[in-house]
Parts: sequence; structure tokens; C-alpha cells
Amino acid sequence: MNRKHYLNERTKKGRVVLSPQESETYLQTIWRRFKRHKLAIISSILLAVLVLAALLAPLVYPYDPVITVGEFSQPPSWQHWLGTDQIGRDQLSRLLHGMRISLLVGIMAAGVSTVVGVVLGLISGFFGGVVDMVIMRITDAIMSFPYVLLVLVAASIFEPGLWTIIFILGLVDWPGVARLVRGNVLSLRESNFVKSSQLSGMPKRYLLFSDILPNTIAPVLVYATSVVALSILDEAALSFLGMGIQLPTASLGNMLNGAENLSILTGKPWLWVPPGLVIILLVVAINFIGDALRDALDPTST
Amino acid sequence: MSQHNPLLQVEHLSVHYPIKGGFFSKVTGHLHAVDDVSFSIEAGTTLGLVGESGCGKSTIGRQIVRLEKPTSGSIRYQGLELTSASKEELTRVRTDLQMVFQDSYSSLNPQKHIFQILADPMLYHGITTRPQAEAEVDRLLDMVGMPKSAKNRYPHEFSGGQRQRIAIAKALCLRPKLIVCDEPVSALDVSIQAQILNLFRTLQQELGLAYLFIGHGLGAVNYVSHRIAVMYLGQIIEIADAKELFRNPVHPYTRALCDAAPIPDPAARGTTGITLRNEAISPVDPPAGCRFLPRCPFATDACRHYTGALFPLHAGSNHLTTCRRAEKEGI
Repeated sequence: MNRKHYLNERTKKGRVVLSPQESETYLQTIWRRFKRHKLAIISSILLAVLVLAALLAPLVYPYDPVITVGEFSQPPSWQHWLGTDQIGRDQLSRLLHGMRISLLVGIMAAGVSTVVGVVLGLISGFFGGVVDMVIMRITDAIMSFPYVLLVLVAASIFEPGLWTIIFILGLVDWPGVARLVRGNVLSLRESNFVKSSQLSGMPKRYLLFSDILPNTIAPVLVYATSVVALSILDEAALSFLGMGIQLPTASLGNMLNGAENLSILTGKPWLWVPPGLVIILLVVAINFIGDALRDALDPTST
Repeated sequence: MSQHNPLLQVEHLSVHYPIKGGFFSKVTGHLHAVDDVSFSIEAGTTLGLVGESGCGKSTIGRQIVRLEKPTSGSIRYQGLELTSASKEELTRVRTDLQMVFQDSYSSLNPQKHIFQILADPMLYHGITTRPQAEAEVDRLLDMVGMPKSAKNRYPHEFSGGQRQRIAIAKALCLRPKLIVCDEPVSALDVSIQAQILNLFRTLQQELGLAYLFIGHGLGAVNYVSHRIAVMYLGQIIEIADAKELFRNPVHPYTRALCDAAPIPDPAARGTTGITLRNEAISPVDPPAGCRFLPRCPFATDACRHYTGALFPLHAGSNHLTTCRRAEKEGI
């Protein structure tokens, strides 16, 4: 009797025959799916350019961002491409250095909150019971707090500055990650492959770090990109209020400070449009990349 | 006690789940998933466990591999009482009892390639060493009819039947003596079902495995089983050797199940003419008396007083049933 050859379910005398086609690795699959998002590709290129410009700023651009190098509040010229600020510092130089700070804050804050959130989420979901309840009540408490207030209080207790900002933003952002991870762990814990490892007598650390953790990385990574974007926005907001990065260090947020003044807002757009634009570009680009990652890492997509 | 020790002996096993409701999660009732179930499995044989969805057959499977703890009753494996065994004793028999799940996709970690899935448990238990692991994985894949090249691929690259073969290989990797097969073919195409069932039979002959084979239809279960137990609402209502059960089903529910099993030869088809009524009772705090009563076409008033205890059809028979009518009327 002839056996029907459908899909790749082929057998010969009760044995499976696999198609010889070389299978792609996990990373290749992700890249193939990521490439489908044109906006994410454009965003990646844009982000790469911005990051490179920020990193290489001290090497390629001649002006020091904290020293007066020209006349006050000059509009853009060939000498100072984005003009100078109210005390004669070069705007482009400040913009590039401000981007370094914003990116640093965004990535570090996201890193801190992700690490804290993943650890607490894993513990909470895997061990359950009292531990779970305590951790979840703490996350609820932090999430229910108006965080701007929390940040302002913390900023007034500690010296406002780069690391304070990173610490504070890391502190307010981890509950989201912890909840996400906990939810994933709860569903993975009931999955057959975890049960199957349990039946094989594998130790708890194997279940936790080899079975559960690798399967929560994808959603955490996606979430972390949005935390980077959010932290950049939060830093800008804090610095705008004067509780963030302190002058003379430039940040995108404190460059916007000037826009509080009506005459600058209407008469000197070069002082606030570029930093505002860069913040928007950074946040939008990171969010597009996060969206594409979400699709690329989804194991159920093709 | 008899001097004969079966591989697995389950006695008076009951699993009741509390149902919580209202304020402060008060327990409002108990769902009787499994009620006073007893059976045994001999080494190298298969016990088929058949019943409709929610009758408690999967719960029994999970109890045996120690994924859950019973409310009461005893589960003895090679004479060791699993319900009260110490951690060390359980570790010793842990690898003897394995399980194959219905959903073959979720039983393989999507992030690992097949080699890792199969080799990790063997390396952890010292069954193989790193240099030998590759050969050992090849051997396992070969046993379940998969080519060696499968070990470098990820689970999502395989079809349902192929994944089920790999899941079986995973269950086999620790050299178990008893495998609980929880509806292992229900999710597969019919043509693939036959392949997997054949694989189960071949492996049993080669390795002397015992199976608890759970299914919801008699067809597939009959093909692999030596003995079959039929469950209804948490109780075993009939248990007999596979051939005997098909030749002489006694309980009305078993007879209805036999009617539902497809028979390829039209001439051999017959019907007992049993039509079940569709008014099942709830497994939450069920009333005394025969649980099949509301659906049984032959029910009498006396059936309200019969308990669910199994009794042999005639003295010395290993064909047991709960239907008292069968005893009286000698069906």
C-alpha cells in the first residue's frame, strides 16, 4: 500500500524520514521575522546613528559642552550648527552629550529594573505561598504610589545626579517586570515540559534556570525596550523640573528647561526644538524596535 | 497478603479537590475526582484506562507519577508505599515512573534542541557520560524511529507525531519500568495514531515496559492493552482482560463504549442497542448509590442502594464490575 506523503510526516517501515533541508538556528529565525518590520529597520538604523554620534561626540565635534565658546543665544550658524545657549555654550555639543546621558540613564535604569524584576518575579512565581504574597504586596504598593512624588522625595533626600536618577528610575520600574515574569513562571510551571523535568528528578535549579528562565527572556526583553524609552522620558521630565541631572552637565531634559521662558519658546526655537525632537526620535525608535522584537520572538509566529 | 507482588498496586485511592467559594475562600464542597479506586499492573503489561472527559483517569495518572498527592488510599510500587515514602526512597524510584503527555508540543522545552532535552536528565543521573551522551541519544532516537539528525533540531521543527516520538524517547531516557501514557495519541491524525501505538507495543516487547495507557475511546486502548479498566465519574465500573471485556461487556456504560468503538469489518458490527440518557450527575459531593443511575436505561429502584464496590462476575473470575443488575440477571 502506498503511504501518502503529506507535509514532512514521512515514514519508511515505521521510521521517520526527515527532509534534508538544513534547519535555521533560533537567531536566524528571529532575524528573518524582525526584517519584516520596515519601520523597525529604519528605527534601528536611526538609533545606531544617534548612538554613534553620542558616543563619538568628544572625538568629532570640537566644542566642550560646559564651557562658554561664543556669544549668548546665537541662532544656528556655520560655526555653531545649532547656535549657542543663553550663556554661550555650543548647542550641538550639549545635545550630543545630553544624548549620552539620556541613553545611559535609559539603559541603566532599564537594566536595574529588569534584573530586580526578573529575580523577584522568578522567586515569587516559582516558590509561591507566603514569599509570593509578600513580594506581590510590595510591588502593588510601589505601583499604587504616584511615582513622580516618590521620585521628587527621593531626589530631595539624596543628592540629585546621574546615579541617583538611575537608582530611582530602576526602583519605580521593576514592579512591571516582576509581574510579567511572575505571570510567565506561573504558566510555565504548569507546562508539560517542566512537569516532565520534575518527573525526571531534575533539581529545582534546573527547572528554574534551564526550563523556566530561558522561556521568559523574550517577553522580558520586549518589556525592557519600553522601559528604556520610558526612562528616557522620565529623566527628561525630572531634569525639566530641576530634580534630575544638574547643570552644567547637559541632558536632553535640562536643555528643555529654557522652554519654560515664553520669549525663548517663541523667539529662540533652536534652544528647545532639537532636544525635544531627539527625545521623540529616541523614544519612537526604541518603541518600534520593541514592537518588532515582540513579533520576532513570538514562538507561535512563522 | 499474597506472596505475589505486582509492579504497581493501587488500593482505595481517592482524590477529592476542595471547591472554594464565597468570602475568605471557604470550602463549599469537594469534587470527587477519584473515588475508592483499586487496580494493579504487572511488570511488562499494559492496563488501559478508559472513560469520558473529567472522569478522573488523568488524575490517577498524575497520582502514580507523584505529580499530586492523594486524599487517601495507597499506591505501592514494587512494594514501596509511595504515599508515605521518604524523600530518599522516592528519589530511588523517581526515574522508574515516567509519563507521556497528550500535548506533545508543550512537553518539549521550545528553547532546547533535542539533544539537550534527551541528554540532560541522563547526564544528571549519571546514566551516561558526556563523551557517550551522543551515542546514547542516537540510540534513543533510533528506538523511537527517529533519524539521528533530529538531535540538532528544535521541537517546533517537528510534526505532532514526530514530537510524540521524541516525548516517548524522553520518557525512555531514564530506563523506566512503568510509563503513564496520558492520552498520547488523542491529539494525532488517525494514520499517525497507528504508528505511535505500534511504537508503544514494540518498545514494550523490547524493553519489558509496563504501561498505564489512558484514553477516552476503547479503540486505541484495546490495541495496546492486556487489561482494561473502564471509569465513570471517579470510579472503576468494570475491569477485565481486554479480550474478555470486548466479548462480554457487562456494565451498560461499557457496552455503550464498545458500540462506539469502530470496527473495520461491517459484517462483524453489532449493536447492543444501548442508548444513554444525557443526565449525568455532578462529581461534586455525589449522592450514594450507583453513579451511572441517571443515564442507565436499565436502572431500577434497587440501584439507588448499590455502592460502587467492584465484585467478580462469578467466583474466581478476574472480570469485575460494579453493576449489581448483572449479578442478579446474569447478563
